Amino acid sequence: MAMSGVMRPGHACVRMLDLDEAVHFYRDVLGLQETGRDKQGRVYFKGWDERDHNSFVIRQADKAGLDFFGFRVLDVATLNKLDSDLRAFGVATERIPAGDMLETGERVRFESPSGHLYELYAEKTHVGNGMPLVNPGPWPDAAEHGIAPFRMDHALLYGPNVAKTKEIFTQVLGFRVVEYVEGPGGAGPAAFFMSCSHKAHDLAIVEYPEPGKLHHISFRLDSWEKVLRAADLMGRNKVPIDIGPTRHGVTRGTTIYAWDRSGNRFETFCGSYEPYPDWQPIKWTWEEFGHGLDYPTGKLHETFLSVVT
Amino acid sequence: MSEQKIFEVTINETGVTYRCRSDESLLHGMERLGKRGIPSGCRGGGCGVCKVEVVCGDYVARTMSCDHVSDDDRCHHRLLACKVYPTSDVTVEVIGKMRKNVCR
Repeated sequence: MAMSGVMRPGHACVRMLDLDEAVHFYRDVLGLQETGRDKQGRVYFKGWDERDHNSFVIRQADKAGLDFFGFRVLDVATLNKLDSDLRAFGVATERIPAGDMLETGERVRFESPSGHLYELYAEKTHVGNGMPLVNPGPWPDAAEHGIAPFRMDHALLYGPNVAKTKEIFTQVLGFRVVEYVEGPGGAGPAAFFMSCSHKAHDLAIVEYPEPGKLHHISFRLDSWEKVLRAADLMGRNKVPIDIGPTRHGVTRGTTIYAWDRSGNRFETFCGSYEPYPDWQPIKWTWEEFGHGLDYPTGKLHETFLSVVT
Repeated sequence: MSEQKIFEVTINETGVTYRCRSDESLLHGMERLGKRGIPSGCRGGGCGVCKVEVVCGDYVARTMSCDHVSDDDRCHHRLLACKVYPTSDVTVEVIGKMRKNVCR
């Protein structure tokens, strides 16, 4: 599939209640690679197979949750076009200069009707995955440090006005709805799983009364066996698990949801499928959403539906 | 290393009691023994679900989100049970509520 416009989720910036504890958690338990610290005190990480300088950034704060979520677009011309397209659609944008984030170019930021700050950017320094571009091995030593997801994969965010937020992503930014969940009693869709690529979801949004909430940042593993290994490491390190290991009906991923030391939920998952742009979206009814969430048990986990930061 | 002690925790509404170590949070102690009464959320001080008021007893409180615990809350011992460690027998009242999803 040719990929243009918005290419992929590129960074999430998440607030931590205790930065030192969080650095230990994300570096040594989750197994991301620390790639830098900036003057604001933010700490930068990447998954072992990511080639850009950073994909997950944390900072000290007095509350948990998400600062912003960014997507890498094809090039600077695309960035400028999407900026003007957003403004033409009635979405206010702000330019954040290159270098505000380490090794990252100029960013275009906007606030969605769900109360989240999203960003687009075209440039981030290539640092590679620890293996050469000529005759590389299949994986570096870092692929076995901690849980060791190979990339930050997607986010699920909770907030109001998801239908309007979905319109910005599908009508302006080139995303498409791959799966969606109908709310109860004909209330309209309560959740959208959207893709800008070959993935079942690059961004998911769920209707929720409070704006700007983080449900989870997801990190991708390459096998079910590694999801089970992640579960062992969570037990060993007393990481509180919300759900799993299990399989979703929605997007078919095999998964564990757990919380970091500040209460931000994260996911370690693998599987799912690779939809093409012409595929029709899949609908989940509210009555069967228990299986959409946790396919084996069909249980509507209370915490999954209501615990956010 | 400080000596580990064990204290009794009472949940006022239900009369449920359990023994909680000084090195584990009130919430963790409850869950480890399979007891119920305080709602469990993120267990990291971030989500606010496990909010209690400590009506009797002493404790050490660790970092928790200002979205859910204000300075006034701290003064009145209204805290997140996942970040409260007992230093005496403790009685709590549950004041956090599982916030229902919009879909229900």
